[in-house]
Amino acid sequence: MLKYILKRFVYIFIALFLIITITFFLMRLAPGSPFASEKSFPPEIEAQLNAEYGLDNPWYIQYKDYLISTAQLDFGESMKYKGRSTNDMIAESFPISLTLGVEAMILAVGLGVLFGSVAALYHNRGVDYVVTTIAVLGISVPSFILAGLLQYFLGLKLQLFPISGWNGFIYSILPATAIAVTHMGFIAKLVRSSMLEQNNSEYVKMARSKGLSKWGVLFKHSLRNALLPVVTYLAPLFAGVITGSFIVEQIFAIPGLGKYFVTSITNRDYTVIMGTTVFYSIILLLAVLIVDILYGFIDPRIKLRGGKKA
Amino acid sequence: MKKKFSLLVLLASLMLVLAACGFGGSDDKSDGDKSSGGDNSADKTLNLSIATEPPSLNPQKATDSTSGSIIRNTFEGLTRVDNKGEIQNAAAEEVKVSDDKLTYTFKLRDAKWTNGDPVVAGDFAYAWKWALDPKNASEYASILYPIKGAQVYNEGKGKVEDLGIKVVDDKTLEVTLENPTPYFLELTAFYTYMPVNEKVVKDNKNWFSEAGDKYVTNGPFTLDEWKHNDSITLKKNEDYWDKDNVALSTVNVKMIESSATANREFDSGNLDYLGSPYNVISLDKMNTYKDQGVLKSQPYAAVYEYKLNTTEGPTKNVNIRKALAMSIDREALIKNVLKGSQTPAMADVPVAIAGFENDNNLFEGNNTAEAKKYLEKGLKELGLKDASELKIAISINTDEGHASIAQFIQEGWKKNLRIETTIDNAEWQVYLDKVSALDYQVGRMGWIADYNDAYSFLERYDTAKNGNNDTGWENKEYKDLMTKAVKETDEEKRMEYLKDGQKILMDEMPVIPIYFYSNEYVAKDYVKNMAPDKLGNISLKEVDIEK
Repeated sequence: MLKYILKRFVYIFIALFLIITITFFLMRLAPGSPFASEKSFPPEIEAQLNAEYGLDNPWYIQYKDYLISTAQLDFGESMKYKGRSTNDMIAESFPISLTLGVEAMILAVGLGVLFGSVAALYHNRGVDYVVTTIAVLGISVPSFILAGLLQYFLGLKLQLFPISGWNGFIYSILPATAIAVTHMGFIAKLVRSSMLEQNNSEYVKMARSKGLSKWGVLFKHSLRNALLPVVTYLAPLFAGVITGSFIVEQIFAIPGLGKYFVTSITNRDYTVIMGTTVFYSIILLLAVLIVDILYGFIDPRIKLRGGKKA
Repeated sequence: MKKKFSLLVLLASLMLVLAACGFGGSDDKSDGDKSSGGDNSADKTLNLSIATEPPSLNPQKATDSTSGSIIRNTFEGLTRVDNKGEIQNAAAEEVKVSDDKLTYTFKLRDAKWTNGDPVVAGDFAYAWKWALDPKNASEYASILYPIKGAQVYNEGKGKVEDLGIKVVDDKTLEVTLENPTPYFLELTAFYTYMPVNEKVVKDNKNWFSEAGDKYVTNGPFTLDEWKHNDSITLKKNEDYWDKDNVALSTVNVKMIESSATANREFDSGNLDYLGSPYNVISLDKMNTYKDQGVLKSQPYAAVYEYKLNTTEGPTKNVNIRKALAMSIDREALIKNVLKGSQTPAMADVPVAIAGFENDNNLFEGNNTAEAKKYLEKGLKELGLKDASELKIAISINTDEGHASIAQFIQEGWKKNLRIETTIDNAEWQVYLDKVSALDYQVGRMGWIADYNDAYSFLERYDTAKNGNNDTGWENKEYKDLMTKAVKETDEEKRMEYLKDGQKILMDEMPVIPIYFYSNEYVAKDYVKNMAPDKLGNISLKEVDIEK
């Protein structure tokens, strides 16, 4: 087990190295400069700016500097927001995205599993159709439309929730819902289909014939097996959701991390691009690792051995 | 047993995540209580919003109107421009100008920094020299170039001792200019000219990146709180020399990127004002506010223009350039696409600029017959038979608004002149590089004046090398006129030179003016004295709330 985890960490480092390298070169290949501005300034000032951020060095020196600073997890000062360090920007905004993301995850997983199980239990009956319709709607309505609608009706028209901002729990309800609904739909559909599969298996029939109730079988036996595919889906979902959503954060004016992924690129803010990319990669890679380890606990049939995959 | 254990582990890990989240949540809640507590008290609170986090609240490093909208109210220069556009003495009590208009002597009034230090002449000198020092790479330092020796020093060729900035004593600052600059007292109100507390800046390189004790200011408001990417709170500065004339006690500035969201916050009463620089009215709400009769508008000293590459391609030909300029139906564009109260531009200097109110007629807009004559002439010179052989590309930066305008103009050129046009777009940072490298044919650009003077617009085309020219055009006669205007002390003659210059510019047409901006805004009834001046700035010092 320990050997397996160590091996996985080596892979994570290799993956990170590749990500940093590719990001660095893509970033430099992209046209446009971080200091281009509408009102021009003398070439001397531009040279000074480039020197300040080390952009006047040849590419291999810059690459080396990037690798070193990334290894130290110090991404440097933002090129757009003067005097602000990329680390501070991530440290300030990540807890907000994390809170919102976890709230959305709880909503998505809780409701998704509930809906999926109910739909499977009442297969091909009214409840099933209603739940499936909700799930499909949830998947197909994009989050920005949903966010806009929620904000307009529940925020502006009914004044039930604040329209935008981040000042306490009540502010998180609408954005968390907007993020959660799509994932909830996916999870509900996943749970439903794997649940149906389980319901036809012999151990369930056996349990039923011994006189256990429908719900009893669900909680004691079939749900745990049916959740395996959900756990697989959770890793990338978790990494994606807790690092914030650009569009939902923009609509609800939430000071989260999500916007930096997009604005840093349009601003050509090299240091922030690098910081957010590396940060996201670490979270994603760790989340995948954790899920793989969790597998072993949920399903003892899966054995974690160094490198060999079943 | 084993199964139960694994379930427990799963539960435990979930709890861990939950615990981590609860931590953040409780923090947020206490913040919420704090801000809602202040709302009900009797003091006057104004609620505003800006579209982005201000890139820099250091007066010498700022380059944009969002940062400016905060700095202008927390710092104070030698002079200030009120909401009517009038220049008033601010940190300076008295200004003396020498007869040759080259030496300005500022007598400072007794004023204090928020840390208790007196505001002295040395603070101004230090700030200006800091901005001009090429080592500090201040991107807006060029606005200080009217000061003697400033440009050479900023370009790394001069010496700091040669600058025309002299601290006579703590209360007297003597500034020598390179040329008579009639708008110099307006420049001293600009944020790059604002003072900084020398001690504070020397102690801490990043003094401007957070609110708090280190952010020492001298303006009507203090920066009370700065939650990055979330909100800024300004509080009335109790140490400000003119505090009796500051009505507001608190200004909350939320950062709301989506203009649709900002409009909803305004509709629900959480924002008191909407309009540049405090966010904008979204295009789809323009008609709603107009119908309700609440939409107000101020002229704006800014021009929206299509630059033409005069070094190659069909736009190298002056007659083609003129044909393109004349065939645009600007009135229809404003009525159907922009929907605001912009003014069709038939000159490059906006009508909002003093002295140029009646000069918006230097060529005929929407005159297809005339345009066709120029087109034929141009085609002959290029050796082409038919307009359909011309291929013209409009370049814009990616934006829905710019795209609609480009499509309207494309349609017009096709209908009126039978010229095929393509539109290509690029991200802003890429686009700027492309235009300054002359890698375009027709490129959209806007120009907003930093000071209310025609020279701000005309100066851009004095040489092809000028970083704001971007067309490759230059003209000896034009350049001479600009040089003469700069040296002239007689206001009338200077005006004449500038006007003659503009005539040459519009006759050669390296740039097609499309429209002059207007500044649309809505404000709640109880907000008094709040309107943007011609440069799009709002001084919160004069704003009042009467509920």
